[in-house]
Parts: sequence; C-alpha cells; structure tokens
Amino acid sequence: MKRTGAQIFVESLKAEGIDTIFCYPGGATLNITDALTDISQIRQVVVRHEQAAVHAADGYARASGKVGVALVTSGPGATNTVTGIATACMDSIPMVIFSCQVNTMLIGNDAFQEADIIGITRPCTKHSYLVRDVKDLSKIIKEAFHIAESGRPGPVLVDIPKDVSSALGEFKYPERVHIRSYQPTYIGHPGQIKKAMRLMLHAKRPVLYTGGGVISSNASVELTKFAEALSIPVTNTLMGLGGIPGDHPLFLGMLGMHGTYAANMAITESDLIIAMGARFDDRATGKTDEFAPHAKIIHIDIDPTSISKNIKVDIPIVGDTRNVLMHMLKIVEEEKDAYKQHHNIAEWTGKINQWKKDYPLTYQKSDILKPQYVIERIFELTKGKAIITTEVGQNQMWTAQFFKFLKPRTCLTSGGLGTMGYGFPAAIGAQVAFPKSLVIDIAGDGSIQMNIQELATAVQYNLPVKVVILNNGFLGMVRQWQELFYEKRYTWTHLHSPDFVKVAEAYGAVGLRIETEKDVDKILKQAFKNNRPTFIDVHVNPEECVYPMVPAGASLKEMLLV
Amino acid sequence: MRHTISLLVENEFGVLSRIAGLFSGRGFNIESLCVAESLDPTISTMTIVTTGNDAILEQILKQLNKLINIIKVVDFKDIDYVSREMILVKVNAEEKTRAEILRIVEIFRGKIIDVSSRTYTIMITGDEGKLKAFLSLMKPIGIKELVRTGPIAMARGERMLKIKEQTEIKEEVNG
Repeated sequence: MKRTGAQIFVESLKAEGIDTIFCYPGGATLNITDALTDISQIRQVVVRHEQAAVHAADGYARASGKVGVALVTSGPGATNTVTGIATACMDSIPMVIFSCQVNTMLIGNDAFQEADIIGITRPCTKHSYLVRDVKDLSKIIKEAFHIAESGRPGPVLVDIPKDVSSALGEFKYPERVHIRSYQPTYIGHPGQIKKAMRLMLHAKRPVLYTGGGVISSNASVELTKFAEALSIPVTNTLMGLGGIPGDHPLFLGMLGMHGTYAANMAITESDLIIAMGARFDDRATGKTDEFAPHAKIIHIDIDPTSISKNIKVDIPIVGDTRNVLMHMLKIVEEEKDAYKQHHNIAEWTGKINQWKKDYPLTYQKSDILKPQYVIERIFELTKGKAIITTEVGQNQMWTAQFFKFLKPRTCLTSGGLGTMGYGFPAAIGAQVAFPKSLVIDIAGDGSIQMNIQELATAVQYNLPVKVVILNNGFLGMVRQWQELFYEKRYTWTHLHSPDFVKVAEAYGAVGLRIETEKDVDKILKQAFKNNRPTFIDVHVNPEECVYPMVPAGASLKEMLLV
Repeated sequence: MRHTISLLVENEFGVLSRIAGLFSGRGFNIESLCVAESLDPTISTMTIVTTGNDAILEQILKQLNKLINIIKVVDFKDIDYVSREMILVKVNAEEKTRAEILRIVEIFRGKIIDVSSRTYTIMITGDEGKLKAFLSLMKPIGIKELVRTGPIAMARGERMLKIKEQTEIKEEVNG
C-alpha cells in the first residue's frame, strides 16, 4: 500500500514510540499537520514561538531521559529554532527537530519562507539530514533518533521538503540501524581503568568531579555507590547537579565561578581528580594554568574530543560513564583487602569537613527579602520533590547553590549556552512528561520576558507550571559584574517590567505576589497546591550578589566571599 | 607544525561543508584540501594539509572523527608516505628565454601544455621541495599566474586506508 510522505512520517514516529511532539504549524508543515489529525497516540503540544517548541522538547528530554521531538515550518519557523538547538547541543540533549522545507524544485531559489536550515544549524547539531526522496524518509528518521540518543547525545535536524511529504511511497520502518562511519565507544578500555584504579588506591587527596554525563548515562546510583565505597568527596558541575544527592555527606556542592569554597579548595589542593562526564568548561575550571596544580587527572567521557581539550589529562578513558563506574565498582569489590590496607584519606576528609564548616554557602540576612531565602524555602516546602528549571543569570546560580537537588533529572538548566528564556518552555516540556509532578521555573524578571508568550500554551493545555520570578528590577548577573568590575555603571541593566500578576491573569493563569519574608511560605504553598499555571512575582533585594565568586580569568582559589 | 591528514568520507552532498565548517568554526587552519571519489564510488578520499601544535592536531583528528559522515581519519605524522602535487604555471616566454625555460622544464620532467606568442603554460608534478625549486627558477623569468592542486598523499608499501566494520576498543594514548 502506497502512503504519502506525511503518513510515512506519522507511522515512523509511532514505530519509534514517540508519544509527544512540540510543534508550530505553517505552510510547509500542512501535509504533516493534516496527517496528524486524530492521531491520539502522539500528543501534539502547539506552542507560541518555535524557540519554545525546541526548549519544551529539551525539557521533556532532560526530565524523562527520552528523545525530545519538535516540528516546525520552513524559513522563519526553522530559523527560530536555532537558539533551542544550540542550547541542546551544548548540553548534549537527545532531540530530533523536524523542519519542513519548500519544494525540492524551489530549494536554492530564494523561495517564499525558504531558509538553508541545514547550513544554518550545521555547527550546532550533532548531525542533520535533508530528505530528498520519500523512499529515504523512514530510514532517515530511524537514523536520526539513533544518532540523537546514542554516544554523546545531541540534537539532530531533519529537513523535509513539502513535495516529499506529499509524494507516495512504501512504508517500512527499519528494525535496526547500521552507520559504518558512526560507532560510539561504550566500554572503557580495561587497561586504562586498571591504571586509574591504581592511582585511586594510593591517592591521598582525591576528588570526584562529575558532570552532565553522569545524568545522561543514568549513572547517579553507581556514582553514589562508588564515592561511598572509597569515601571520595564529590563536586558537581552545574550540569551534574542531582548526580549525587545534594544532602549527601560526601557532596561538596558545585565547583567553579560560583562554586562552594570547599569544592574549589578541594580541586586546588587535590592530588587526584577523577572527572566523569564533565568537560572542563571555563566556568568550572577558572584559570586553566592554575587548575588543580598538584593533581593527576583521570577523565572518563564518552566523547573523545572532550578529553585533553582544555586541561591535559593523565589517564583518559573513553566510554559510557555508567559502564566504566560499574567496572570500577567491581574492581573495588575484588580488591577489597588492598583498599583496606592502602586507601587512607582520613586526613583529607577532615580538612574538607573543616572547609565546609568554616565557609558554608551563606548570605546576609536583612529586612529586605533575599532571593536565596526564597529558594531555600522552595526546597524545604517541596522537600526537594520537584522538577526545577531555571533561566540564566543570578536566578540560575542561586538555584544551583541553595536548592539541594536530591535526584538526577530534576535540575533542568541551560548550562553550556546560557540561554535566557530557556526555563519556562523547558518547564512546560517537563510538565508534559510528568503531568503529576510539581514543576517550578525559577526565573528572573529579565529572563521571563524572553519567552513569556508561552503562558498561553500552559493555559491552553492546563499545564500547572509554577514560575517563581525573582524580581529585582535588574539584569542581575550583568549588574553584579558592573558593580564589581565597572564601578557601578548600570548601563542597559536597569529594566522596566510589566505587572507580572496582571500579565498572568490576562493570559488566564494565576498571578501571585510576594513582597515580604512572612508571605513567602503562605503564598508558595498556595501556588504549589492550586493545580493551575501560576506566576509568583517575588520582589527581592535589587542589589543582591551571587557569592562566592571567582572573577573571570582568576584561579579557583581566588574567591570573593560574602 | 605542518601535518598531512587523509580522510575517507561518505560520498554524499554536504560532507565537504561539514568539514570546512569544522575547521573555520574551531579556528583550525586548512593549507590545502583535495577531494575526489575513491575506488569505492560511495566513498571519497580527502587529503588535508593543516598546521598546529600537538594539542591542536589531536583536537583536529578527534573532531573530524566525531563527524558522522567521516569513516576514517589518518594522520601521516608517524607513517611513511608519498605525497605529490600538481601545479600549472603561466610564465613569460620571450625569444631570449624560451630555450632556457624548455631546458628547465625538461630537467624537472614537466610539460608545456599551452603556448602563446608571449607565454608558456607549464604543468609539473612533484613533492613540495621539487615544486619550490622549480618555481624559484621560474621567478626571475617572470611568473604571471600559478594554480596548485594541493598535495595528495598515500602510505608507502602495502599499507592502505581501509574501513573497519567492527567496533574497536580504542585506547587513548596521550603525549
């Protein structure tokens, strides 16, 4: 039986087990849009801006571990996805973005709503395809999903011209994929693992430095077990939060520019750093010449390009983090006696605990409501049982510091690209994946304006996302740099915002306001219970700064404290 | 330091732009790039000459390997290989220099492939040193135009660029 390309597309998604897509229609999507009529197996969430479709698919993917799917039209629909795709690419999020394209005959002719989206997204996708013949469509879709979720995950773009979606062809979904030029390495080299374990046995000041790879390979249980087995303290990158419970005694907090004193000092004084699924980003390492000057470095990562890119590594191990951790746990078990005899880091643990005690994360209390307090209360009131998304800037750093992420896939944040406007649509995506969970976007008054139109989406589908706007009247993080390094010239950073309560109400959502510390618990509780999309406009201290802070270009030990 | 890299890539549209984009986006240099179909028509062979220190070269090789359409990447750094380039040179050919040019072309085993009343167009192949020597001899006579193909390279002996269908466990060795 012959089917249209659009029908083949729908059947391929079904065969792939896709249950949700985030989409926005246009002229070039119409064949596919029509073919999705009454297809109840695939939930179709129509957003208000294509960037938000991609962020929502991204939030869906991060929260659920499944591949996120977005579908948009040609030209501006496609170009609007670029920020979302780049965000997912930097953070290694598995996604497939379907962009529709003008007829193949028109490609290259500057046709109406034509854009070379393959060319535009080439540097920010893991791979991309232009479907030129309907007979290739199902095979390409299969490959796209395979590439997106295997190896180091990432976004894959598939561009489907309108005449391909209307052309007739046979539907046959391939059972398996074989790409001769793409075979990721999952199993770590046993010899390298052995060498690494030997170093760990004799290290006196070891630290585990773990990132988003622990989350994407679902290795948090193994990581926690491994850290406990050898009593090695753990610091996370922003992307790695939740990889070990935030209240675990071995957890040091986040490292880097706004990391904890204990984490940054532990890295600086360490004699052995075991990096797992982390990529030595400049925000994590500070000045690279002075990063961990006394340490040997073991680096486990599925992506060879991450190894020895920024920091020279002594023992590289290419492989899936979870696989390698399981292998290492086996060695610890087998060589129990040796570890009992040689592995002694009590002095180090003592030193670290002293740092933790002497320099905890803190802020100065005052009569004006503090943003850090609000986040502490969100943690206490939810007991950590919430999916948290953030925007970018101070709201993001305070969340990373003061919300103790207890589980993986509960901290959804744009770590690599640092995309303002990410948090709200990502929260919508996470809420679609987990309709019963409490999903909270911790936002700023600047960031929320970058995708505020998605209130309409949240209301239309009754997605009871909570948006806590830490409203300080500033682009706070940029203002903080101006305060510290540009003599308080607050050029461009003082923003006028609308009345967020009224905005929420105008869209049909709930709007609430908090102005004093005593209102915090009452209003938050009310918001968390109301089962409707809710904005909470929280008026916080306008000139609060995020501390500790390592100034850009300084080494990790040069922290500005409160 | 200069390096010659050979690639086997899928013979599909868009592959060249992925490679060129990788080099420009990450600030790597391309001195020359040669690409054409290989013995297997589904595969193209590419020779790239690039410059960079060891750390940069390591990144170039890894980043190339990461591209989905690239089947194999070989750096000729530690491999014995042969490399040849072809150039076309248009030189001034006046009565008093014509004989001299012919003599030099013969010594270098080149060919005159086009003649006009005032020019010769010469084709010559060789490695970098030979071409450099030839050009330095032509310079005083007067080079009007020069086109180079960039080098192509191949390992000596029985060693070949081949596809490995099996997944390999790679041991990463640094420095």
